[in-house]
Amino acid sequence: MDHQASGDTVVIVGAGQAGGEVATSLRQNQFRGRILLIGDEPHLPYRRPPLSKTFLSGEATSESLLIRNAETYAKQDIEFLGEARVRRIDRPEKTIELEDGQVIGYSKLVLATGGRPRRLSLPGAEKTNVHYVRTIADVEALREDFLPGRRLAVIGGGYIGLETAAVGIKKGLKVTVLEALPRVLARVAAPELSAFYARAHRSRGVDVRTGVKIQALLGAGRVEEILFEDGTRMEADLVIAGIGLIPNAELAASAGLRVENGIVVDAHSRTSDPDILAAGDVAQHENAFLGRSMRLESVPSAQEQARTAALTICGKPVPHAAVPWFWSDQYDLKLQMVGLSEGYDRFVTRGDISSDSFSAFYLRNDTVICAECVNRPQDFAMAKKLVAARAAVLSAALADESLPLKNLIPA
Amino acid sequence: MPTITYIEHNGREHSVEVPEGASLMQGAVDNLVPGILGDCGGSCTCATCHAYVDEAWVQRLPVPSGDEEMMLDAVIDRAARSRLCCQLKVAADWEGLVVRLPETQA
Repeated sequence: MDHQASGDTVVIVGAGQAGGEVATSLRQNQFRGRILLIGDEPHLPYRRPPLSKTFLSGEATSESLLIRNAETYAKQDIEFLGEARVRRIDRPEKTIELEDGQVIGYSKLVLATGGRPRRLSLPGAEKTNVHYVRTIADVEALREDFLPGRRLAVIGGGYIGLETAAVGIKKGLKVTVLEALPRVLARVAAPELSAFYARAHRSRGVDVRTGVKIQALLGAGRVEEILFEDGTRMEADLVIAGIGLIPNAELAASAGLRVENGIVVDAHSRTSDPDILAAGDVAQHENAFLGRSMRLESVPSAQEQARTAALTICGKPVPHAAVPWFWSDQYDLKLQMVGLSEGYDRFVTRGDISSDSFSAFYLRNDTVICAECVNRPQDFAMAKKLVAARAAVLSAALADESLPLKNLIPA
Repeated sequence: MPTITYIEHNGREHSVEVPEGASLMQGAVDNLVPGILGDCGGSCTCATCHAYVDEAWVQRLPVPSGDEEMMLDAVIDRAARSRLCCQLKVAADWEGLVVRLPETQA
């Protein structure tokens, strides 16, 4: 390919799932200019979901996490620059400057900088056996401490925390989950779902404690004990914190781009500068289906946004309107979720929520806005369609297992 | 390396070499075959790598696992020859395997 002839250079900052997908989508859409993908990790784009699952358990290797192999990028003429950080963006000059001083020009710049784990702000949080789960390096360090018989304290009862707890049990650790709010998954799921997951973990040996306030992490160099605000203590050999993600939006903010809980982009992934786009976990993006702006921490959404950005760059703009969906694997429980439950006024279950196979539907004004399916992929597929169709349904019909969900989908 | 042919719904063919042990999904993703997204990374969760195996091959491939069966039940255009590409790991004697992509993944 002759870049000089086209003269266009797309620089992608961030080589995560969104960044990598922008690069390959550009080629799939016949972009012929130069593509430079810059990441601060040494790795080509890789899948992060297995980090808290099969990579932590040791079933997956770092090579197996790669989304595409090195040969693919070479063949597609996608340049990769790893272990590099961008210091600043010069918008008038349309250049970026790397930390080593290198200046690179762009025609279009894509910011896919993702996020970083929110750090604990407790005395003792800097100790060496306090771990986070975001990168291969994070989990490689964690695995050194993640040994059978060890006492693992998971701080945060969100998906990362619960997934790592499940792997801990599988690997023979003694696991305690410490959640500050009154229930696990409090920010993302209905109370019924939270109760289901708390039960699922307890029945498999996890000590799930909710509403607990931690005062400090005690120990010499390593955490040995956790001190709670009520004065009680608990021994621990390692700590995993899963307490949220902070969008890496500082580079955009210092370049004067609009940033509000992430880099603000429209439904075409464009920032407030028409030559700069953003996608993935860092993007506070407009979703045409939901008719509002949001920031999601989701692989499918990152990939959809990346494809939207690539189409915009290629002059074939299609607004981002994907219905968000997510998944989480814990033990033998395969959870698949579609839509956002925010603002629901009715909660309906299909199947027995005390079993390991059921679906939960969230309705607003008799319309399905969200569903969570545990070990029910068929329900999930139908739920995706119900949410996408904004189907008006009777909650009794959703709950009635003798009626196929298929019948509820408008023709 | 066996050569696998992916045929898009519009008829466009992609014949590519896929290493033994790699999944048909990975082979498609590595070669930028449109229509195979593999958004879940091969954990049998998203069904965005659905394909129809050519008649001649149906019996030669390992049967779907319970997980794959459940996900296949959920795809829109399931047929008897439907498989999820992420669950099919290429074997040495798969030279010439042909899979066709459904309309919904066009």
